[in-house]
Amino acid sequence: MTQDKKDWPLWEVFIRSKQGLNHKHVGSLRAADSTMAVENARDVYTRRQEGISIWVVPSNLITASDPSDEESLFEPSASKVYRHPTFYDVPDGISHM
Amino acid sequence: MLKLINLILITSDRKHCSISFVLVGVVYTYICLVNALFMKNIDIKSLEEKFQKKIDADIKIEPNDWMPDNYRATLIRQISQHAHSEIVGMLPEGNWITRAPNLRRKAVLLAKVQDEAGHGLYLYCATETLGADREETIDDLHSGKAKYSSIFNYPTLSWADMGAIGWLVDGAAIMNQVPLCRCSYGPYARAMVRVCKEESFHQRQGFEIMTKLASGTKEQKEMAQDALNRFWWPSLMMFGPSDADSKHTDQSMKWKIKRHTNDELRQQFVDITVPQAEMIGLTIPDNDLKWNESTKSYTYGAINWDEFWQVVGGNGPCNKERVDARRKAKEDGKWVVEAAMAFANKRSAKKSA
Repeated sequence: MTQDKKDWPLWEVFIRSKQGLNHKHVGSLRAADSTMAVENARDVYTRRQEGISIWVVPSNLITASDPSDEESLFEPSASKVYRHPTFYDVPDGISHM
Repeated sequence: MLKLINLILITSDRKHCSISFVLVGVVYTYICLVNALFMKNIDIKSLEEKFQKKIDADIKIEPNDWMPDNYRATLIRQISQHAHSEIVGMLPEGNWITRAPNLRRKAVLLAKVQDEAGHGLYLYCATETLGADREETIDDLHSGKAKYSSIFNYPTLSWADMGAIGWLVDGAAIMNQVPLCRCSYGPYARAMVRVCKEESFHQRQGFEIMTKLASGTKEQKEMAQDALNRFWWPSLMMFGPSDADSKHTDQSMKWKIKRHTNDELRQQFVDITVPQAEMIGLTIPDNDLKWNESTKSYTYGAINWDEFWQVVGGNGPCNKERVDARRKAKEDGKWVVEAAMAFANKRSAKKSA
């Protein structure tokens, strides 16, 4: 990725706090390339053992859903209560279910 | 509009038939424009109502959500000035890194100053989520258009000032920042959570320096008292103008950017700090300070607002020095920014080859 602009591009930073957990978004930073972005993320976001692994992603490569579409996007799942186990009656005396 | 129609009437005197055409066109466009403007106003009004409802229900606002232009502008102003304060705040303390009394103090001070740089970066990131240009906000600091906390315009004359800054300045900052963790704007609130976690070490290390000096030799205790004398009043001023003179407070409270008024936070700071000073045997430099049994809080003397406005206005002891230092840092560091970019391009060319 060759940059024409003189400003460093923006990167989104994701940190895995410990083995077994997901990488979680923690913020963003500016860096000339991905290697330097990881190094900067180390200094900016993990000064107190907050992580054991870092992902950086160019901010402009992230595609996000539009907040104004929230209703049409997520409403369909609201009416499907049968997707939850609490929707079903289990007779008394039944266990391990 | 009428002028325009008159002009058309005068200039096209001999083209009677076309006049009516033009007139109809003009009037039609005019109606459409008014209509669109009216619709847009209604639209914005309903969006604003929806927005305020979210705020009232304590639902956080995130970067891509609709927000009023003024909310965005207020946040950019506040967050960028907060960021500038963190960065300029590195200067008075950086002044003592090479002269820290021992290796432990030096390591601690280095870590603290590095934290301040980190805090500045979290905050600049938060302004970028609002569409602000990072370099532009920094240039606003350098041109004097953007402000930063007035406290950093005071000089750090002795080692005890490192104690006073940690204890009082970071203490006051925490008092300001803890409510900001619940600010309505998500990225700012999240940055504040990180900042607050880190600031508590800053305050403790400052108080430790003061405690050590206050229980040391006569000269050391005098040094600690002198630092308290110089930093007490400017620390109270850190909370900003009194509520009566604070022009942004009302709207910011309504938007839940701010949760307490300046005077409320200032009072809280006084009530917490006075007993701490007593505990280590130092005297708050305020003859009017006394405990008020009925309000269960301290009454304190009059703040010199003249001094506050002078310092905010650029006439503090170190304003010029601070901004010059920041400007020089950007200019002197330009080649590093460019070199990193050139190196990145070279590295990526090598990879693709």
